[in-house]
Amino acid sequence: MPKKVVSAVAAGLLAASFLTACSADSTGGGDGRLVLGFAQVGAESGWRTANTKSVRESAEEAKVTLKFSDAQQKQENQIKAIRSFIQQRVDVIAFSPVVESGWDTVLKEAKNAKIPVVLTDRAIDSKDTSLYTTFLGSDFVEEGKKAGDWLTKEYEGKDGTVNIVELQGTTGSAPANDRRAGFAQAVKGDPKFKVVASQTGDFTRAKGKEVMQAFLKSQPDIDVLYAHNDDMALGAIQAIEEAGKKPGTDIKIISVDGIKDAFQAMADGKINVVVECNPLLGDQLMDLAKKVSKGESVPARVKVDEGVFTQEQAAAALPDRKY
Amino acid sequence: MTKHRLFWPAAVLLALLLANVAFNHDFFAIRVKEGHLYGSLIDILQFGAPLVLVALGMSLVIATRGIDLSVGSTVAISGALACEHIATSASPAALSTVLEAVGISLVVALVLGLINGLLVARLDVQPIIATLMLMVAGRGVAQLITDGQILTVSSAPYKLIGGGYWLTIPFAVILAAVLVALTGLLTRRTALGLLIESVGGNPTASRLVGIRATGLLTLVYVFSALCAAVAGLMISSNVSSADGNNAGLWIELDAILAVVIGGGALTGGRFSLGGTVLGALIIQTLTTSVYSMGIPPETTLVFKALVVIAVCLVQSSAFRAKVNLRRPSSRPPLNPGRARNVEKHEVGA
Repeated sequence: MPKKVVSAVAAGLLAASFLTACSADSTGGGDGRLVLGFAQVGAESGWRTANTKSVRESAEEAKVTLKFSDAQQKQENQIKAIRSFIQQRVDVIAFSPVVESGWDTVLKEAKNAKIPVVLTDRAIDSKDTSLYTTFLGSDFVEEGKKAGDWLTKEYEGKDGTVNIVELQGTTGSAPANDRRAGFAQAVKGDPKFKVVASQTGDFTRAKGKEVMQAFLKSQPDIDVLYAHNDDMALGAIQAIEEAGKKPGTDIKIISVDGIKDAFQAMADGKINVVVECNPLLGDQLMDLAKKVSKGESVPARVKVDEGVFTQEQAAAALPDRKY
Repeated sequence: MTKHRLFWPAAVLLALLLANVAFNHDFFAIRVKEGHLYGSLIDILQFGAPLVLVALGMSLVIATRGIDLSVGSTVAISGALACEHIATSASPAALSTVLEAVGISLVVALVLGLINGLLVARLDVQPIIATLMLMVAGRGVAQLITDGQILTVSSAPYKLIGGGYWLTIPFAVILAAVLVALTGLLTRRTALGLLIESVGGNPTASRLVGIRATGLLTLVYVFSALCAAVAGLMISSNVSSADGNNAGLWIELDAILAVVIGGGALTGGRFSLGGTVLGALIIQTLTTSVYSMGIPPETTLVFKALVVIAVCLVQSSAFRAKVNLRRPSSRPPLNPGRARNVEKHEVGA
């Protein structure tokens, strides 16, 4: 009797493996559904959670079978997940690399298995660009530029120097470097814009507040605060209030990301403008996956749709913010 | 006067503060704004308060020849627990809710400290390993509590702990001062401090004279965890939010540094609460100086490293002796034989 059970189970497993093998062989499978293997970084922030949710929901909507794996911030987990996607012969592999380097071997395996790879949100550092088909993600330089553009427009036709203090992200990180460079590019055309102090706030509220408190004492005259993310801006707002100034009025605040708390602060008039860094790239990812699986050509770099939100839009957009 | 063991830390702190005045003439100015004291010195005290507390616990642990690496994680867990309790309660602004939240954090910290203490005292695990476990695991626990998100709370009584003012003075500063004073009384007005030092200085001898090391060791780890928990409440209350990833990150290293700058020995057997407080304030002043002097972030760490090296060198009597010997004008020349004798004598003393 037990023998029979074992053989039945074995037969069942065998059949199942045949089925999955079949569905992967003919692109799209028996039910015509595209199979996408997605290896996520983890769930380290609200931004990331929203990112995951967007991918899951869009997959459902686009009728794509999603094989999801959470790497819990570890590269080896992510490599394991990609290998298992290759073994399962999924149609397209998408992943947000935990770190920039060390992907060549596993991506070559994918290439040999003729499975196209889409990078999302973060890029990899490899000389061989044939290892992946396209990179879908935010353009941090562009975000910095948008922040600078808003500022130049706001002060258009007004005389007098504009003293800007900058709260940078973690020193050396790509978003910090690029958001700084983009902003500098946008305001360098007009000498009245002066960045009088720039320090790292490590992307955190506590550091943002601490650095802003020091700025408020060492800089007698601050007109504008440019923060590389919302959390630092939210910390700085508290520092400004404790100094007896009105955030958003006495000191104009520009921030990047677009988390819910920042929208609340914007609706309260404490932040002037938020440049969005959009995690909701699910729909764009599904589109790309469908295209690359059919062999259609796609650009090597696809930017996520991102907006700029001002105070007037904040209150209306607030209930819909997903993260 | 240079013989006093707090002379050099105090001199360094003063030098750092004066260097700031050179960059910013208003550095010492303290005004009243929005009904509370306002100025760079107040900032240093307020942001330094959590570090003072963590270093306070750390100095007792180090005095027993131990080390507590888990304080940063305890900071994160305590802030996360308190904010989670307040955020999910029906009346976040009620004093009772906040007291409950504080109670929960302290009780959990007590348990965490007990685990550390028992690992070290009963199971004889090396302190660095015993507390490393909680250091690594604890941050995960904090993220579990907050669901990996940053929890924002709006509660006036909670805000008081780390960001509020009492009689125009930051409440965090008062709290830290009271706790330091109480610890000073308990360790120096009773035999407790001596017992802790003897356990660290010579465990075998103290066992032979009948000092019960197990209880004392457990006590210092519990005390360290409780200090870290209060610091965690201050840090999260200061920004009205809990950040499991970043709250108290690397604070254990700052605390160890504060103890060492203040004249504590990592080999145990000696602690100075005054020195620890000075050490913590030096570190915070250094951080604030970086911001107000406008040192570029890329070079911040190098700047800090240079200052810390200078502080350590200036405190080393061997180094000072070398520097003094090189300056023949400051000392009459001695014959070589005698000089060696003097050196030996100094070392012996």
